[in-house]
Amino acid sequence: MEANRLKFQLVKTNTPPWWMRSLIPVLVLLITFLITSGLILISQVNPFQAYYYFLVSPLSSQVSFLEVLVKATPLMLAGVAISFAFSAGYYNIGAEGQLYAGAIAAAWLGIVLVGVPSIIAIPLMLIGGFLAGMLWALLPALLKVRLAVDEVVTTLLLNSVMAYIVSALLNGPWRDPHSGWPQSPEIADSTIFFKLIPRSRLHLGFLIALIAVFVLWFVLTRTSFGLKMRAVGLGKPAAQFAGIHVGRTTLIAALISGGIAGIAGVSEVAGIQYHLIGDLSAHYGYTGVIIATLGGLNAIGVMVASLFFGLIDTGAQTVSRALGVPVYLGEVTQAVMLLVALGMYLLQRYRIVRRA
Amino acid sequence: MEIFLVNLIAATLRVSTPIVLAAIGETYSERAGILNLGIEGIMFFGAFAGFFAADQSGSLWVGLLVAIFTGVLAGLLMGLLTVTLGVNQHVSGLGITLLLTGLALFGFRLVYGGRSTPPSIPSFKALEVMPDNPILGPILSQYWLTYVTFLVIVPLAWWILYKTNLGLKIRSVGENPEAVDAAGVSVPAVRYAVLAIGGGLMAAGGAFLSLAQLGAFTHGIISGRGWVAIAIVIFGNWHPVRVMLGGLIFGGTFALQLRLQAMGLQLPIPYETFLALPYIVTIIALVIAGRNASYPAALLKPYRRE
Repeated sequence: MEANRLKFQLVKTNTPPWWMRSLIPVLVLLITFLITSGLILISQVNPFQAYYYFLVSPLSSQVSFLEVLVKATPLMLAGVAISFAFSAGYYNIGAEGQLYAGAIAAAWLGIVLVGVPSIIAIPLMLIGGFLAGMLWALLPALLKVRLAVDEVVTTLLLNSVMAYIVSALLNGPWRDPHSGWPQSPEIADSTIFFKLIPRSRLHLGFLIALIAVFVLWFVLTRTSFGLKMRAVGLGKPAAQFAGIHVGRTTLIAALISGGIAGIAGVSEVAGIQYHLIGDLSAHYGYTGVIIATLGGLNAIGVMVASLFFGLIDTGAQTVSRALGVPVYLGEVTQAVMLLVALGMYLLQRYRIVRRA
Repeated sequence: MEIFLVNLIAATLRVSTPIVLAAIGETYSERAGILNLGIEGIMFFGAFAGFFAADQSGSLWVGLLVAIFTGVLAGLLMGLLTVTLGVNQHVSGLGITLLLTGLALFGFRLVYGGRSTPPSIPSFKALEVMPDNPILGPILSQYWLTYVTFLVIVPLAWWILYKTNLGLKIRSVGENPEAVDAAGVSVPAVRYAVLAIGGGLMAAGGAFLSLAQLGAFTHGIISGRGWVAIAIVIFGNWHPVRVMLGGLIFGGTFALQLRLQAMGLQLPIPYETFLALPYIVTIIALVIAGRNASYPAALLKPYRRE
């Protein structure tokens, strides 16, 4: 009713013009940086100078460029994990908990597998982490498929339960007996991920993240299961009508999603920290939702988005050290980018038409 | 034992206050069909904004009002995304939580720097009702916001939702927006309104922690209380009084756990079991309710006229 008073109206279009589709990412970036400039100005810093340190300087040295890739690793894995679930219309908000499930498995296997050569130990850790993440994703997935219990709430609540399990482990059996710190014993040398480039922090996890991106692309575009997943994601009744086993497809997508999130946990334990700590994840599981959304649930999109977020995370540290802008600028920028993109997404599907 | 119980009850009321405030806010918006996952961030930002404004102005009341105002704004932003633009509610809500968490941390670091001792302000004082009574005295010695929450906010929510025309509109928008629209009620207006009210209540819950309970702002000030609120809204079946009971049960287990820890008791189970309990109970409640859970039928569904 009130919309009728406006001079313009939104008309649904099926195919946005090509220039619009390529323009949107640019617009999203511009608007995002315009908004976050406000925060930089409040910090009494020149935005252009800040954006140099934020976005350009991390790419200008090898050390900081590799750091971008290190930061992108867990984000890429989380983004792939979320994309698997969301593609099948299963809104897994529980990647954070599934990541920690994988991390617990890695921390445990890292202690038990002392003396086992890397070539066996590392694959075992990856399998263990995958299974642990899958296991933690199993309950909400089963509840969804069998009892139609909404997965958003159950996966979200299980994140908090997992946080308490981690806390109970670190304050109980795994508390460091010498220092008293809440951190698990250091994992065996043979279970530590090798470095991709000597004397850097870039580890095997990055390679695994790239493989995960490839798997996502392959499954979604080259397999019949991927087709089924996307059909279920687009509409359950229609998929059912087409003879697709909706429950089984949803369940498998949810479990793969949990497993990959678990691998993200393994990668952080075996590649970066070498033990389980309470702050292992800087809410990567939630950022994964942003990355999957920004990437359009598409493998290349997820890869680009996570690399860009890795750049933002690294750049936020640079700009904080160099100019004293609080490091949380990174988080704010990522969230603003998501909200702007969500708004812009609408432009893609609608055309603004002047009323006659 | 008597002192233990008296202190436990008093602590339960205090601990439940922010959760109940936020959960009632969430109840309003879910009743109209919007799951607001921005709740955790709105509480966090409310805690920061309240603290900052109170510190700058020297008035706790200004702090509380500013906090509520930021909550209303955040609610309207959620409305812009989910009502006007029709964007996926979970993604919008999580986006708002990440945005407000980041903004609050950014603002706090900017204003107060990375001090090792967190700044603090003189907080609201508890009201002294019947200070001489050994049992009722400690129990009734609560912050005024606790009184307002349990004696005004909860009954008012029940009255509005079940006894007024507005409440009927809110509930109908959450059940059957097409019918409400046909009856000439603006679905977007109702949804924006509940998101604004809800956001204000969530932020007030956050500000209670920084202005009354702690008199300070810390990074862990909310630590998942928003998610607890989401859980007890479902546990309470979207009914304000039952939601309040859920909040009290959570507050009780939390207070008990704190007390047992403080007494240095060696329990056979880790104390985290108590903290995880509300989440597990909620999931069990969801399973038992199963398909019959009286979810507002239009929850998570954007409404757009064809």
